[in-house]
Formats: sequence, C-alpha cells, structure tokens
Amino acid sequence: MLARIVAEAPEFFSYYNVVFLLEAMLATFALSAIGCVFGFAAGFFLAVSRRTTSHFLLPLRTLTAAFIEMFRRIPFLVTLMMVFFVFQGLGLDISMFSVALISVCLIATAFIAEIIRAGLESVHRTQWDTAAAMNMSLIQTLRYVIMPQAWKIILPPVFSFFILFIKDTALASQIGVVELTYAGKVLNNKGFSAALVFGAILILYFIISYPLARFGARLEQKLAAARNS
Amino acid sequence: MSYTLQFGQVTGYLPYLAGGAWISLQIAFLAFCGGMVIGLFGAMAKTFGNRPLNRVVSGYVTFFMNTPQLVQIYFIYFALPDAGILLTSYEAVLIGMTLNAGAYLTEIQRAGFESVHRNEMEAAETLGMSLMQRVRYVVLPHIARVLFPPLSNQYILMTLGTSMAAIFGVEELTGRAFNVNAETFRSIEVFSLTAGLYIIVTLIATLILGLFGRYMFRAKMRLY
Amino acid sequence: MPQLEILDLKAAYNRQPVLENITLSVEKGEIVSLIGPSGSGKSTLLRVLIGLLPPIAGQVHLDGERIDYGDKRTLRALRDRLAIVFQQYNLFQNMTALQNVTIAPTKVKKRPAREVEEEAKTLLSKVGLADKFDAYPDELSGGQQQRVAIARALALKPEILLLDEVTSALDPELVNEVLDAIRLLAAEGMTMFIVSHEMGFVRELSSKVAFMADGHIVEFGPPARIFDRPEMARTRDFVSKILRH
Ligand SMILES: Nc1ncnc2c1ncn2[C@@H]1O[C@H](COP(=O)(O)OP(=O)(O)OP(=O)(O)O)[C@@H](O)[C@H]1O
Ligand SMILES: [Mg+2]
Repeated sequence: MLARIVAEAPEFFSYYNVVFLLEAMLATFALSAIGCVFGFAAGFFLAVSRRTTSHFLLPLRTLTAAFIEMFRRIPFLVTLMMVFFVFQGLGLDISMFSVALISVCLIATAFIAEIIRAGLESVHRTQWDTAAAMNMSLIQTLRYVIMPQAWKIILPPVFSFFILFIKDTALASQIGVVELTYAGKVLNNKGFSAALVFGAILILYFIISYPLARFGARLEQKLAAARNS
Repeated sequence: MSYTLQFGQVTGYLPYLAGGAWISLQIAFLAFCGGMVIGLFGAMAKTFGNRPLNRVVSGYVTFFMNTPQLVQIYFIYFALPDAGILLTSYEAVLIGMTLNAGAYLTEIQRAGFESVHRNEMEAAETLGMSLMQRVRYVVLPHIARVLFPPLSNQYILMTLGTSMAAIFGVEELTGRAFNVNAETFRSIEVFSLTAGLYIIVTLIATLILGLFGRYMFRAKMRLY
Repeated sequence: MPQLEILDLKAAYNRQPVLENITLSVEKGEIVSLIGPSGSGKSTLLRVLIGLLPPIAGQVHLDGERIDYGDKRTLRALRDRLAIVFQQYNLFQNMTALQNVTIAPTKVKKRPAREVEEEAKTLLSKVGLADKFDAYPDELSGGQQQRVAIARALALKPEILLLDEVTSALDPELVNEVLDAIRLLAAEGMTMFIVSHEMGFVRELSSKVAFMADGHIVEFGPPARIFDRPEMARTRDFVSKILRH
C-alpha cells in the first residue's frame, strides 16, 4: 500500500489536481459557513418568535417549534434528497451546490435556533421580568439586556455546529456537489489508489477543521472568563 | 410544475421502511456499544494513563473528531483492501461508525470522570465509607447522572448518522428509501415518509431515554 | 375614590394557589405595608400588581379603571405609572450602576440622554453611590446593589412605588438613610407598597398595614390597630414574636 502511494504521489500532486482540491476545499468551507451565517439569522428570528406571547402569533410559534423539532431529526442525507426532489418536482433548474446549500441552511436554522433558544433561556428569568416591569419591549429587552448576556453562551455551540457541518457536508458529494469528498471520488475514479486519495482527503478535512476547533476551544475559554458586557 | 403528490403508491411500503428504521436503530446500537467500550478505555487512558498512552488516545480522538465519518468509511472500505484487509460494506460501515463513536464517547466520558470532585469523595470518606462503598454509592451514581444526558443525545445523533450506511448499500431506513424510490419514482413522497419515520423514531427514543434517565438517575435533562 | 383597589384577587404558580381573597385599597399618597412570615405571598402580591404574574381571579382598579392584565396596552399604561424594587434587586448584570438607572428613562420613556444622566447621577449620589457610577453589579455589595435598584425605580418617576424588603441587605446606618429617603417620598405624596421587617418604621410611616399569612390577608388596618389591638390570633402571634426582637 505504501509503495503504491509513494509511486503515485508525484502525479497526484500535479498542478491541476492541487487547484482542483483547493477549490473543493473552498466549496466545503463555503457550504458550511454560508449555511451557518444564514442559519444564525433565521435561527435567531425563530428563537425570538418563540418568546412572543400574543395569541395572534400562536400559529407562528407552533410552526416554529415544529420546524425546529423536525429538522433536527432528519438526517442530512435525507434532507438533501428531499430538497433535491422538491426542486426537481417543481421543475426548477438549480445547481447541485444550491440544493446542498439550501439543505444546510434548513438544518442550520433548526439547530442554531435551538442553541439560541437555550442561550436566551440561560439568562435568568428575573432579568426578563425586570425588563418587562420597566415596560421594555421584546426587542429592547433582547437588545439591551438579554443578548449582551447570552451571546457568550450562544457563540461556542454555534461555532461547534459550524465545524460539525464542515464534516457533514461530505454527504453533499452524493448528489454531485463538487466539494472535498466528491473531489476524492473523482480522483479515485481517475485511477489513483484509494489509500492515497482518501488519505489525502482526510488530511485536508483535518487541515480545515482542526485549527477551527482549536480556535473554538480558545473562544469558549475566553468567553467563559469574560465579563458580562 | 406538474408534480402531484400521491402518497397512495408509497404507503404500501411503510412496513418495509419501518423495518429499515429498526435496522438503523440496531446499527446505531451496535456502533454505540462498541464506541462506549472504546470510549471507556480512552477516557480512562486520558484520565489516569501515562503520557505516551495519553498522546495516542488524544491523537485518535482528535483525528476522528476532525474528519468526516463518510470519508473515514471510504478509507476503510476502499483503501484497506490494498493492505489486504477485505471488508463487506456492512462491516466497513459498522467499523467506521464504531471508531467514530469511540472518539466522541471518549470525550464525553472523560468529561464525566472529571466532574467527580475530590471534595465529594472526601465528604463520603468522612462519613466512614470504604473505597468500594464510595465508588458504589457516590461515584457511580454521580457519573451516571452526569453522563446519561450527553450519552443519550449522542445515541440519537448516531441514529441519524446511520443514514450514511445507505451510500454503501446497507438496507437500513435510508437505503430502503432509495429502493422504494427506484421502484415507484414517487421521490418526494418516499423521502418525506422516510423523514417522518426518522422524526418519529428519534422522538420515541428521546421520550424513552428521558423517562428512563429521570427515574433511574434523577438526571435533569432537556433531551435532544 | 381610592387610587388603587384590589378586590378578591387570586393568583397561582403552576396551578398552586399562592394568593387568595386579597382585598385592599390605597388612597393616593398612602403607604401600605405588607408584613407576614416568609412565604406568605408578599412578593407575589407585588409581582401581580405590576403584571408579572397574571391573576387568575379578582380585580385591580387603578383610579377607578379596571386593569386587564391580559391586555398589552393597559399593561403598558399601568407599568408607566408603577415601579418596583425587587427583593433580589435584579440589576441588569451587563450594565453599570449608571446604565441600570438610565436605560429605561432613555430607551423606554425616550427622554433626552443628557438630562436623564444628570438625574441618575443625582439619584445615585443621594443613595450614597457617587463613586460607583461605573461599577457593574458583580462589583457591588448586596446593599449597594439594593440602592442602585432603588435609584433605578425612582428614575422612572412612578406614581406608585412597590418596594420589596429594600432594607434587608443594608447595614443599620444605611437603613436609616434609605428610610429617610422613603419618608421624603411619602411627604411628596408618592403612593407606596412596602414589604418590610422594620417594624418600627412600618408602624411610624404606614397609613395601613396588611398582615399576610399563607396567601391570605389575615388583617388589614391602621398600624396602631394591627400592632396594639390585633383582632386575629395569628396576627397577635406574629406581632408579639417580631416585636420581641
Ligand atoms: N417562581 C415561583 N414558582 C413557584 N412558586 C413560587 C415562586 N415564587 C414564589 N413561590 C411560592 O409562592 C409562595 C409565596 O412566595 P413569596 O415570594 O410571595 O413569599 P414572601 O412573602 O415574599 O416571602 P419572603 O418574606 O421570604 O420574601 C411561596 O410558597 C413560594 O414557595
Ligand atoms: Mg418576598
């Protein structure tokens, strides 16, 4: 196995292949990053909508709760298939990258909404009560009182989710999105040995994920020590 | 734009799909048990082991936590034959998932071990308990209570994770969904039904684990 | 007409009743003291009044108008006129003492920041915190936090002030200062609900005293009657115990 890897290595690391792999890495990173940025915005909206109290908004709260509860319980692969076939059924022609991106956005929204909900709840109830007694609106309460205290609870798990999804988007290779895992399959099909190709792909994932994980751990420590403001 | 939903064609496959869900749960269970054993040794090595051992375990955990399970299984399935190790797809999936679970479960169990505080042990000692009694009545219940929620969550996550076995032709829930799709071409219906089954299965798991944890370990948990 | 009238009020936490048959009325400028053993529902009554715990039965009238605690608009109008100092102070942990005092006047009442800040500094100085404007709650002692909370409530210029054991964390010297401040407010005609264990103060300053036990008002009347000629055995018991201290 080793001998074969050594023999193939020079050809494997040709200029063309290296560019191909770098582009694939970028796609892998972008899928997760864009999904999480979107998921944060949408998830924040969902988490906040669950804290509304008016009867008028009850349908919104119910839908939100159902969305969060459901999309956290569907495997990414199945979500990918659903999104793919729904667009196909609608006759809309969108790229496979878009299908994967929409899937990541859906799941990220559900997961991050749950993280933010827990973060908002982590701020002691008396802080909410006090703000209410002072006539602050929900938005004011969040902006001036809750979020300044909750963000350091929220940020680390959101970041962990982002790193988790860098790896989970490997499944997008199944519908032909040219990301890192797909690139591996292409190179493997070109005749490079599986050990070399998938070994290299594993290392490339590691190169993206590990520094981010270290950064996340540092971030968590820093935030835990930080003052509340 | 002409797609009309016709669940009628796929509902007949419901028992077949439900059988797949059962297989998913079994795969998750096997990988979870294997992972627990690895995790137990890993956590002990990290907590009590000497430096080289600690290094090896840390390397294993770090590597598996920072690479995708799918590619790990690809490597096991496609690359190991080069080294003379031939595995069926089912074996490759199971080994990959077990090794992956082992890494995560090492970390979870290590955190559980570390949560046993020295003063708790000392408090028990002042009550005149023997070492065995302390382990039996103080340490183990404490660890169980602390570990049960994250372990339960991990199990549910792994149940969802088994869907990637379909890629290797294992006929668990997602694999069977692909089969039904190939037969009926009612893709949206098939995959929504499949998604529904995952939701139901994990909801039931959450419920059972939640009740079990509450009554067995008085674990306070907001589960998955 | 009483400024605030409570009729047969009932409240519960998770279906567990904590207040029952609460009936009392306050004229403008009166001080009503709530006394009673721990867990009798004093704090809960204040929470209900300011709309943090919706009552499950009974009525509250403010200037003769019935308050519908389920209605956002009336609730806002109510909270515009009431302010509360919580037993646990409940300062905003992410804000300095000064910010705690200025946040609601500037953001909720939309008053000019400069003016509010001057006022806030005056208020904080009055409660002896001139050197703590920029301190965060976790850098303040319990008594200091309590005084910030008082300044914060006063900055809202309420018509009715709800004070929940505002002297509990203060040392004797400060107790007198805070009590003096309350006397001053009373003289200015502010209506107040005070939960207190300072029996001397309660007796001296209260217009009326409500003795509460187990979620009921056992006895309600002028301090002289409650302390010297209580009608109920429970009241007598409580008063004799607490005065002996
Ligand atoms: N958030 C809550 N949830 C459930 N029950 C509560 C809650 N807060 C208070 N209670 C219960 O309501 C009852 C009244 O409590 P309350 O705080 O009003 O008493 P209190 O008279 O203010 O006592 P203290 O003098 O100790 O402050 C108590 O039995 C208490 O256990
Ligand atoms: Mg109280």
